Parts: sequence; C-alpha cells; structure tokens
Amino acid sequence: MVKKMEIKNLSKIFGKNGKKILKNLDAGMTKGEILKKTGHTVGINNVSFDVKAGEIFVIMGLSGSGKSTLIRCLNLLNKPTSGEVFIDGENIVEYNRKELQKFRQEKIAMVFQHFGLFNHRSVIGNVEYGLEVRGISKMERYKIAKEALEIVGLGGWEDNMIHELSGGMQQRVGLARALANSPEILLMDEPFSALDPLIRRDMHLELLDIQSKIKKTIIFITHDVNEAFKLGDRVAVMKDGQIVQIGTPEDILNNPSNEYIEDFVKDIDRTKILRAKHVMKKVGVVASINTSPKVAIKEMEDVGTSSIFVVGESREVLGIVTIDDCLEAIKNKESIKDILRDDFVTTHKETYVQDLIPMAVNSKFPIVVVNEDKKLLGIILRVSVLASLI
Amino acid sequence: MFEFPDIFQFEIGVYVERFVKWLTDNYTVFFDIIKDGVLWFLLRIQNGLLWIPWFVVVILVFILGWKAKSFKSGLIFGLMIFLIGTFGLWEDMMLTLAVVLTSVIIALILGIPLGILIAYKRGAEAIIKPILDAMQTMPSFVYLIPAIMLFGLGTVPAVFATTIYSLPPVIRLTSLAIQRVSKEMVEAAHSYGSSPFQTLTKVELPQALPTIMAGINQTTMMAMAMVVISSMIGAKGLGRNVMIAINRIDIAMGFEAGISIVFLAIIIDRLTQGIADRFKYPE
Ligand SMILES: Nc1ncnc2c1ncn2[C@@H]1O[C@H](COP(=O)(O)OP(=O)(O)O)[C@@H](O)[C@H]1O
Ligand SMILES: [Mg+2]
Repeated sequence: MVKKMEIKNLSKIFGKNGKKILKNLDAGMTKGEILKKTGHTVGINNVSFDVKAGEIFVIMGLSGSGKSTLIRCLNLLNKPTSGEVFIDGENIVEYNRKELQKFRQEKIAMVFQHFGLFNHRSVIGNVEYGLEVRGISKMERYKIAKEALEIVGLGGWEDNMIHELSGGMQQRVGLARALANSPEILLMDEPFSALDPLIRRDMHLELLDIQSKIKKTIIFITHDVNEAFKLGDRVAVMKDGQIVQIGTPEDILNNPSNEYIEDFVKDIDRTKILRAKHVMKKVGVVASINTSPKVAIKEMEDVGTSSIFVVGESREVLGIVTIDDCLEAIKNKESIKDILRDDFVTTHKETYVQDLIPMAVNSKFPIVVVNEDKKLLGIILRVSVLASLI
Repeated sequence: MFEFPDIFQFEIGVYVERFVKWLTDNYTVFFDIIKDGVLWFLLRIQNGLLWIPWFVVVILVFILGWKAKSFKSGLIFGLMIFLIGTFGLWEDMMLTLAVVLTSVIIALILGIPLGILIAYKRGAEAIIKPILDAMQTMPSFVYLIPAIMLFGLGTVPAVFATTIYSLPPVIRLTSLAIQRVSKEMVEAAHSYGSSPFQTLTKVELPQALPTIMAGINQTTMMAMAMVVISSMIGAKGLGRNVMIAINRIDIAMGFEAGISIVFLAIIIDRLTQGIADRFKYPE
C-alpha cells in the first residue's frame, strides 16, 4: 500500500524554551526530570511512524501519554518543537498560513472528543461549516451536507439544534461534518470516549461500515484496548510521549514488547481479537484415504492421539477415524472408508475464537480449519480454545 | 492649626486650560467633525423617536414586554410609558431616550472592537485594563469635566460623557465573552481551515453574543443614569426637569420627572434583559 503519511522524529515540548529543552531530552533526561528541573512538559518525544493510505491507524495509550498532542501535530493545532510530518510527500510543518489553511480545508478533518460542535448552529449548519469556510455555494453545500448526514444515519435531523440530540447523535454530526469535507485523512481524538458503552459499540460498527465504503486514511485515538484492537488495522502504543510498539493487533497481542504493553493487553477480551488462524496447530500426520486401518493406528500411536483425520489426494478433509473404530475394522476386515465419521466441525481461518467456543464445547473432536477448497490447514484442539480465554 | 503654606501653591488648572485650548485650537477640524457627526446622528434618532405616534410606542412597549417577559409585564410597561405621557413629559422622555440610544450605539461601535482586541492581544489588555478600572471607579459626574472642556455646553458633550461612562462594561464583557468561548469549538473552526476573520465572525462572535447582549443591558442602564447627570451640562430631557425642580424646590415637578426616569429605567432594563435572555444557547 501507498504511504500516506510519514512522521519523522516528531517532538513537542510545552513551555517557553521548547527548542532548548529538546537538547536535554536528547541527552537522555526523562519526562519527569525535565518537568521538575525546567517546568517544561514533554508532550511527545521523538516519534516516528508511517501511515498507509486507507488504513485505520490507532494510537493507544494511557491518559497523559501524549496521544492528543501527537494527533494535534498532524493538523498543526500543535506546532511541533522539532521533526517532520510528510503527507503525500509534503512536509506540512513548513507550510505558511495560506498553505496550512488550504491543507486543513481540503485534505484533513478532525473529530473531537467532546464533539466541538457549534451550538449556535443547526445540525446541517454544523455539517456545512467546512464547506462554508471554503466558499462553496449555499445550494451545493446544503446538498453535500445532507448526503453526509444520510451516511451517518441522521437524515431528517437537518434543522434540529445540537442540544436536542443525544451524545451519540451529536458525535455522528461531528463525523458528518468531517465527512462532508471529503478529506483524505480523518483525525479522530477519542471520538467515542464520552459515549456510553452500548452506543460506543454501535458507533464502532458504523465507523467500520462507513470506512468500508469510503476508504479514508484514519488516525484514531483511544485509551481503550478493546476499541484499539477492534478498529485498528495497525496499532501504535504510546507511553510517556513515545511510541513503544507498533503492529497489527495480533502482533501486539501475541508478542507484547514489554511489561507496559502486557499490562495493557491484559484487560482485553482476547476472544474478540484472536482468530482461528492464531490458535490452530499445523497437523503433521494425517491418514490417507487409501491407507489401511492398521497404518492409521500406528500413526495415532506415534503422535499419541486417539483419532486421526483422513484426507484425500489433495489434502481435502474427508473425515475422521478413531483408534477404537480402527481396531474394530481390523476384526471385521473393513477399510478406512467404511469407518469414516463426519461428526466433527470445520471452520475457516478468519473465524474469531469467540465463535469457536460453542463449537469446542459441543464437539468430541478437534475443530478442523479448512480453506475454500476444503483443504486441511490445521486443527484446533479444544484445550487451545479454552486456553486462549485466559 | 497649620494652614497650608502659600508658597506651595501651584495653579495647575491654568496649564490644563492652556492645554485644552491648544488642543481645541489646533484640532478644531477634528472636534468639529466629531461634534457634527454626533449631532447629526443624535438628531436622526431624536426626530425618529418623536415622529412615531405615541400610541404606537405604547403598543410596541406592550408587545415587546409581552414577548420578552410576560403578558402582565407587557401591560405594566405599557401603562408606565402611558403615565409618563400623562405627566406631560413625553417629549422630554424621547429626548432622554435619544441621548441614551446614541451613546449606547457609539459605545458598542467603539467597545466591541476594543473588546475583541483585548481578547486577542495580551499586550493591549495590559494597557487598557487599568484604564478601564480607573474609569469605573471614578464618580460619574467627573466625566462632565473633559466633556465641557472639549465640546462646551449642550447635548453633544452629554453624549460624549455618557458614551465614555458606559464604554467599560461593553469592552470588558466583549473580551471576557470571547476569551471564554469553548476551546474545542475554536479549535474545530481552526481545524477546518477557517481564516482568523472567519473564526471570529462565524464562531467567536456568535458564541459571545449572549454575553454581549447581557452587556448591552448593563451599558444601557449606566447610560440612563449618566444622562440624568449630564443635564448639568445642558442635555435636554427628563434630567433637566429634575434639575429645574431642585432649583425651584418644585416638589410636584420633581416627583413627576423623577418617577418618569424610574419608569423609563425599569422598562429599558426589563426589555433589554428579556431580549438578552433569548440569545442564550442551551448547553
Ligand atoms: N497545552 C498544553 N500545555 C502544557 N502541557 C500540555 C498541553 N497539552 C498537553 N500537555 C501535557 O502533555 C502531556 C500529554 O498530554 P496529552 O497529549 O493531552 O495526553 P493524552 O491525550 O494521551 O491524554 C500531558 O502531560 C499534558 O499535561
Ligand atoms: Mg487526549
């Protein structure tokens, strides 16, 4: 994918002599020491990362870790103390006022934690704001704003005042206001933190749904791990103004790079993140449909199981045989085909562990992971499903 | 007893008088323009007010009172203004009102931009704030002195004194209102690429409007009080009736003029307050 944004060695220090203090930071003083000795607050410290076009890039971290400071540097609501922010190859930090204004009007839009709506304007008046600032005609901007309201499910609320809407609806207005501008980049600073959990869940689904249609580049900030991993294509974890790990949710979950992240990851509900492919095992031994029950028993004994999957010539799963059935078959002079059972469950590699739990509970055998051609990819032992819950 | 020694006496007044004379001599054109402009504006308003038939005014006050407060308030306000007419003070009331309106409008025209300036520039605040503090602690009739020094006797110095007196609350409330606009709202405006002027006119001023409207109520009440005092330097209207009544110890006339001023003040206060309340935005 194309790089949309490239953030290089970005630092922001709040206070009068930010630039000077930067040297102390480079010399290895900590955020706490700098605050004590100089009264300057380190907002972000030497942050670098790339954002790809069309991805949801989540920045996660505890309160005060510098998330807002970072995202506000991306549209220059905060002026970075040092470093560069390349967007489509242009360093926006060097923009003059006119260029910055144009950049904000056309390329980037922000959704705020407390909505930042104008309560002296109607719903549509809010959504039109960005277009109005750009000097788009009344008729045209009304039309565009109305469409944006439809997208967020607020058609028919155009003429209401902001205070007449619930919190969730207000943030939809905030989102519509951003979308109306058709920006390429959407900055969202804890947009759903002020909403109650049920509404937040609706908003997640809605955001993912909208994103699947419009494919913006989204920078999304949250302090909630579940939210981060649910929405993020990639997640950056921040601590004390620095990024301590970047990766896909699975990467971070499976290989937390330090204690801080481990702590963070602890309270996540893993079943909603982990998928079949993360807990399945590659199967070394399977029985061919053409082998004899005797050979099958031997293979089971080798790996120490009481059943074995039977596959066809191109490794498509045909069934399962148990060690008991095989012994019986030898007595009765039957072949593998005759004792093949089909009371096992199959699933795909993208299935969430959450959905595997009932399967694991109801099945005697391991769950089989197959691809579209029914080829065997791996198996999931019932204990693996339960183990992933811990 | 120690008397203040004569050798320490120093007639500063003479120098001030010379300075004022120098000022008015050298900047005659400047003062004439102000004088003519203010007078022209005042006469427009005054003639406009006197042109409206009395019953229209009574009905208008009733309707405004009704809309701004309640039906009963509307009736009371209508009755009050009708009573002023029955005292034979209709024209004097309108003259007073004309000076109040002129002064308030000029105070707004000067005060709102100054308030914005202070809200934006910390430096300006450091200079203007102490001046405002001083202005507000001075007794109101002190303003009459520079007024007559610069403009002589008459209605224009009355307008001048009244304007200066009612300026501080406009400046203060405007700057306060703008500084208190929600930070997130202003940032939202910035983040959509608003120019500073767009941020001011599309977000900050509309947000500040309820507070500024509340300021207009205060300003008008202060102007009202000042107008009465400025009759000392020749403003016509209800205040002059009070002055004359005091000089002649004419209790009847004093009562009528006095109660008319009270009525007018109540009506203006309640109406501007009622209108200001309508500008508030729900959270
Ligand atoms: N305008 C500011 N002036 C001074 N310090 C600030 C300012 N904004 C943020 N900070 C400080 O910078 C640090 C990071 O804050 P912030 O980016 O808001 O964190 P987060 O959004 O992750 O909660 C905090 O220590 C905070 O106090
Ligand atoms: Mg924050």
